[in-house]
Amino acid sequence: MARSAALRLPSISRTSGRRLRRLTTPEGVSFSVELADRGERLGAVLIDLAIMIALLIATTLTLAWAFSQTGLGGIGLSLFLLSFFLLRNFYFTFFELRWHGATPGKRLIGIRVADRNGGRLVHGAVFARNLMRELEMFLPIMLLFSGQGWADNAWIELLTWVWILIFLLIPFFNKDRLRIGDIVGGTWVITAPRHELRSDVVDKSAAPPVPAATAGGRAVAFTRAQLDIYGIYELQTLERVLRDKGPNAAETQKAVADRIIKKIQWDGDPATRPRAFLDAFYAALRQELETRMLFGERRESKDDVKRP
Amino acid sequence: MAKITLKSYEFRREREGTWRELEELVRRAEKRGLKVLSAAELLRLPHLYRATMSSLSVARAISLDQNLLSYLESLCARGYFIVYGANAGFLDGLKRFLAEGFPGAVRHVRYHVLAAALLMAVGIFAAHMLVSSDSDWFYTIVGESMAQGRTPTATTEELREVLFDDDKPAAQMLQLFATFLFTHNASVGMFSFALGFALGLPTALLMLYNGLIIGALSALYASRDLSVELWGWLSIHGTTELLAIALCGGAGLHIASGILFPGVHGRLETLARNGRRAGVIVIGSVLMFFVAGLLEGFGRQLVTDTAARYTIGGAALLCWMLYFWRAGRVRDHG
Repeated sequence: MARSAALRLPSISRTSGRRLRRLTTPEGVSFSVELADRGERLGAVLIDLAIMIALLIATTLTLAWAFSQTGLGGIGLSLFLLSFFLLRNFYFTFFELRWHGATPGKRLIGIRVADRNGGRLVHGAVFARNLMRELEMFLPIMLLFSGQGWADNAWIELLTWVWILIFLLIPFFNKDRLRIGDIVGGTWVITAPRHELRSDVVDKSAAPPVPAATAGGRAVAFTRAQLDIYGIYELQTLERVLRDKGPNAAETQKAVADRIIKKIQWDGDPATRPRAFLDAFYAALRQELETRMLFGERRESKDDVKRP
Repeated sequence: MAKITLKSYEFRREREGTWRELEELVRRAEKRGLKVLSAAELLRLPHLYRATMSSLSVARAISLDQNLLSYLESLCARGYFIVYGANAGFLDGLKRFLAEGFPGAVRHVRYHVLAAALLMAVGIFAAHMLVSSDSDWFYTIVGESMAQGRTPTATTEELREVLFDDDKPAAQMLQLFATFLFTHNASVGMFSFALGFALGLPTALLMLYNGLIIGALSALYASRDLSVELWGWLSIHGTTELLAIALCGGAGLHIASGILFPGVHGRLETLARNGRRAGVIVIGSVLMFFVAGLLEGFGRQLVTDTAARYTIGGAALLCWMLYFWRAGRVRDHG
């Protein structure tokens, strides 16, 4: 069925279905979580590295200034070594422990670490996943900076780089986007999107005094057969169309209304406003589908035909 | 218009207050942590959370409002992280780590630790034999920078000096030395953990290499009849440090065994379990390295009597053994 070029339905993110995973809580209820995509994770790590470097520079300057005043050079050097060591190795661990799986970078992007089995994020998991960064991040960085010939043998150098490449590419080769730190710690990284509760679509059509939907004041009504055509998928698409407040909303609604009228062969008043028609159709269709659902019958879409 | 008789609509009207209340609590807790909630609110939180969870189940069964379902899912997820994400306070966590977590994990991997220690012993023995027979091996095994003048070309007096440094360096130098050693050893330890992922072979090699260096040094000093003094010098901090290195090697091997021998639960599950245990062990080892660094930096330069050095080293080893053997064991086996 060809769609007209002007019709831009709000896109249903089919791709997010691939990224959803089930998390079962100890209560036995499971809900979906969405895996963070690689761009988000990379962004978070880069932000964290930037913060780490900034902290390091700040510490160095502070120590240098403080000890130039008091002249205790040796202690300054020790403190510097110590803070460098602590920052480099325990920055991530500290934050992921303290903020239950979030670092400043992750928080900014809106992702967090969670246990893969739905349990609590235990200390060992945080330790393990961050200690693996030695292999994934710091080793390559060090090797890059140490220049040529750090190993006597060119083969060893090549082999090491091959290993490193394998580690870096592992997230691309498994469906849960686990890096080796996640594999060893039993964790994964998910987004925690916040959804707002908007008022029920059905509510809108009831509350304000709606001017008569049709010229003749007749209510917009549908027969059982007309409500039998679409399924849940179409209902939820319609919900999105009705919630859309963008600049093309009215145009889209008119196009959708026309399409539906044609499909169900509705013979009501042609002067009905598209919005009113859609509101009424939505309410009626939802009532129909929800009632059927209560009897255990879920009609997923218009192609989902289960006739006995 | 026809009157709205949607069950889902009625359901929502009834329960929306609860959800809004939970949302508010969750929002505040996400921003500043659980401590900003009052006692009454903390008591209410699990109740609201369970009620919202049950609302989610009901909504899935009776409602087709996509916005409502997404909202409830995300609210339940956020609530779940708040309710189940809370950890004990830092001090409590530390106490439990030191009292049960760390020793328990070490007991679990004792065979891997033994294997790592064995590899080190093999390295020590092999290097000792090699360097004793032909001192050129020393240069192959121990690099110039690590030797710091302790080479076969050094005189016996020079070597002895290193062991019993008489001019007391300023306090800062001790600290610097100790700090450097601590950070260096801890990094090596963490690295050998991470290398466990590469199927344990690099970890085993690292253990061997550690042993080789010690063996070469011991052969050098043995050739000048300074064996006893050398081992005294090493043992103050060495017992702790070598034990910690063996623990890290054992942790790395434990990860490798998770990959190679998954057992009943499957590779990913076993790896996750082993990885967590190994992570706990390595963090504990870092603490041990810290202790060893203190012992090395201060003890070694300040305590110069060889017998005393042996005593300290032996006592330290005994303490660690007792700690790992007994700490956190469940008392009754009834």
